[in-house]
Amino acid sequence: MSEPERTFSGHRGLQLEEALIFEQGSPERTAVDLPQPANRVDRLGGLQRRSAIGLPGLSEPEVVRHYTRLSQKNYCIDSGLYPLGSCTMKHNPRLNEKVARLPGLGDLHPLQPVSTVQGALEVIHTCAHWLMTLTGMPAVAMSPAAGAHGELVGLMTIRAAIEDRGERRARVLVPESAHGTNPATAHACGYAVEAIPANARGRVDLEALRAKLDTDVAAIMVTNPNTCGLFESDVIEIAAAAHAVGAFFYCDGANFNAIVGRVRPADLGIDCMHINLHKTFSTPHGGGGPGSGPVVLTAELARYAPLPYVVCESGRYLLIEHGADDPDARPLGRIKGFHGQFGMFTRALAYMMAMGADGLRQASGDAVLNANYIMARLKDVLHPAFPGPCMHEVVFDDTTLKDTGVSTLDLAKALIDEGFHPMTMYFPLVVHGAMLIEPTETESLETLDLFIETMRALVLRAKAGEAAAFHQAPRLTPRRRLDETAAARRPVLRWQPAAIDKAAE
Amino acid sequence: MRYLPLSEDDRRHMLAAIGARDIDDLFSDVPAPARLADPVDLPGHQGEIAVEQAFRGFAGRNLSPAEAPCFLGAGLYRHHVPAAVDHLIQRGEFLTAYTPYQPEVAQGTLQYLFEFQTQVALLTGMEVANASMYDGATACAEAVLMAVRLGKTRRRAIVAGGVHPHYRDVAATYGRFADIDMIAAPPSWPGTDDPAALIDAKTACVVVQNPDVFGRIHDYSDLAEACHRAGALLIVNVCEPVSLGAITPPGEMGADIVVGEGQSFGNATGFGGPTVGFFATHTRFVRQMPGRLVGQTVDADGRRGFVLTLSTREQHIRREKATSNICTNSGLCALAFTIHLTLLGEAGLRRLAALNHANAVALADRLARIPGIEVPDGAFFNELTVRLPRPAAPVVEKLAADGILAGVPASRLFAGEPGMEALLILAASELTSESDLERLAAGLREALS
Repeated sequence: MSEPERTFSGHRGLQLEEALIFEQGSPERTAVDLPQPANRVDRLGGLQRRSAIGLPGLSEPEVVRHYTRLSQKNYCIDSGLYPLGSCTMKHNPRLNEKVARLPGLGDLHPLQPVSTVQGALEVIHTCAHWLMTLTGMPAVAMSPAAGAHGELVGLMTIRAAIEDRGERRARVLVPESAHGTNPATAHACGYAVEAIPANARGRVDLEALRAKLDTDVAAIMVTNPNTCGLFESDVIEIAAAAHAVGAFFYCDGANFNAIVGRVRPADLGIDCMHINLHKTFSTPHGGGGPGSGPVVLTAELARYAPLPYVVCESGRYLLIEHGADDPDARPLGRIKGFHGQFGMFTRALAYMMAMGADGLRQASGDAVLNANYIMARLKDVLHPAFPGPCMHEVVFDDTTLKDTGVSTLDLAKALIDEGFHPMTMYFPLVVHGAMLIEPTETESLETLDLFIETMRALVLRAKAGEAAAFHQAPRLTPRRRLDETAAARRPVLRWQPAAIDKAAE
Repeated sequence: MRYLPLSEDDRRHMLAAIGARDIDDLFSDVPAPARLADPVDLPGHQGEIAVEQAFRGFAGRNLSPAEAPCFLGAGLYRHHVPAAVDHLIQRGEFLTAYTPYQPEVAQGTLQYLFEFQTQVALLTGMEVANASMYDGATACAEAVLMAVRLGKTRRRAIVAGGVHPHYRDVAATYGRFADIDMIAAPPSWPGTDDPAALIDAKTACVVVQNPDVFGRIHDYSDLAEACHRAGALLIVNVCEPVSLGAITPPGEMGADIVVGEGQSFGNATGFGGPTVGFFATHTRFVRQMPGRLVGQTVDADGRRGFVLTLSTREQHIRREKATSNICTNSGLCALAFTIHLTLLGEAGLRRLAALNHANAVALADRLARIPGIEVPDGAFFNELTVRLPRPAAPVVEKLAADGILAGVPASRLFAGEPGMEALLILAASELTSESDLERLAAGLREALS
């Protein structure tokens, strides 16, 4: 392939360059016409802003063009397969967006009198009912803002429960393969973190776990299905071992999409699990948020659930914002402003109602089928880190790239030129050069086949000694590989007029 | 099932390639007693028409603030969001992308976050800002954690009485599990508390809010000096960032960390979430900041580009040694914020802020003419607190029954605190009309007569 043509403007066909907003416009321009305020004496008490803010002024067409051009530099699930393992990049139904914006839902104020928001409280209550039924758990705290926030709240309830027993426990056990949020959360909750080793089958080593468990352990945090894409087949024994020493079983529910409608986490002996609504329940990832991370809880932990929460009494919905309605409850207090990510509850509930119990079961089945199909069709050219069947994602190691001069990173960058978003790379940490592929259930067989054939072709090219071409990849993107070392060494975290002058020298 | 592309034929073909009999075969690692034979006890799938109708039903059982004179604020504010904002954030390339881990195909997200960081720094008068937080309250709690990290052996945080109680409570919850000694001053109105008097050698930070939860604006310059003399940091929380178009920013008052709620720009009040927190500080503290940061760099061809940077602070690299467990931020809400602020620009924001203030002055004047209502004479921006001659909550309920959202009773925020019962917190905005003021005044006159 020839080098992309150089152009006078810097644009290349549909790849349009776009300057920062601060390099455009002029201070007096605006895209919003507002009336001149009535001339009144101000009540600012002498605290008027005297300095210029420094914001650029643009007209509406300029602003629309700016963000449209920026959008065109992004890959997204709407444009193609996004097999980022552990992230569950599934289709985001547009009905979700429509209902979330309905007048009377999207525009409600959280501090309206409760009598004027009965329908909104019903949405929260109904969404909670679906989540409790799907997990088999008796309670759910709806307010956590994201998965990691749900983890934090879950561990807080655990610590509160332990302290209420009059105990002090210092350690939380976390598998080596866990998401980074697990140890970070345990630490944020005041616990020392200890690793649980994996066995050769990619699961928690039950004997090693038992050896570490004692009455100083507050909780184990286990992702199930785990980050190797495998179901923890000893999960019931794991739960029993934790409970035998009075520890709690925190389950990271990031991979709930693999089992929703087929397995209820309550039947596995868990005490607590967060659910990422932006994964399993199709709310959009939005370039990194907003998320929503409700936490399901056992009755014991539910006593410590944070405020506020919704209860229904004889057909009327109440919002418990202070104290508690139940004398036994010992709520944590607030963990977020207002009542949780309501806009995500509407979207997730719209998805659950659209799919129904039958559709959700089919979805997890198809997600697992798609991942196993990829494993089956690629295993002759890439080495699965563990034998199948896998769950909703499959992890390959880099064995077959050995001595080719092509790394997992290079393969990922080459995939970008082929029009696919790369898989998750180098995670889980327990697999050498890991490539974690999660297709989700919303991909067609034709898309999977093209991805498989593309991966196969790339691996064969790597083996054929074309490493140099891989090191150049990606070549067809709005930007090529970016210098992350320089970015971290001399951080430029905002636009400054001075920095531009310097760069121009 | 409209969201699932596989046909039965596809499934058979794929199972054959795998060598499995059926999909249940693939779940053989699940202990048999835990495998459900049938769907759970929930309704079956529904078409788009039925689901949409159900949600219209939910919506119909609420009173939309668009249908009522609305004076609600106290942390979230109803503003006009230009039509272009919602159009642009619904572009699939923004809506359905993930965290920009592959910068070559995520320059759109990375550039707008870089622009967002710059806008927040400019608005707050600080050197550097991150790529957003979950919301204002969690941003405030993370600021306290950061101040305590920077304070080394200092573990005391003082929260002034004018801080929104949700923010105070979230900081207290986080602080309880991080062994932080939190001293929260009780709310006071019409007077204010003096947090400077509480500072001692153990104090890591003082948290204040501007405008405060009662709508009052303050000059915190002296407090900043008092903090710095004692070796403590000043955290200023801003729930209504439109105010920064009219009043002196916290950075110019000497704040060390400025956090707040960005919902006012581009985002609906949305029954409380999702919204977008912001977090700004001095450059010298950047390695102790929580959350994502976007930085400028160059690509292999020497062209300017943007990447996530300083991620050695973060959980996916540092695990238990991370500055925070945060993974997700509020990307799409930050996009709405940054688009709205770009549409406004310097002149538009100044005009918007002036209009908000003018309408709040009109509101204050109107309330002052109602017998029995006590309107204080201090400084405010677009929100103020008044004292009614009787408990405010039942008055608000009565007006709501007449389709008027008259504001937030302070007792809803500060349950059980003395002196709050009769206080009503009301906000105005560019949406407040003369007829809204008229209906509010008439409703209050009637309710108080």
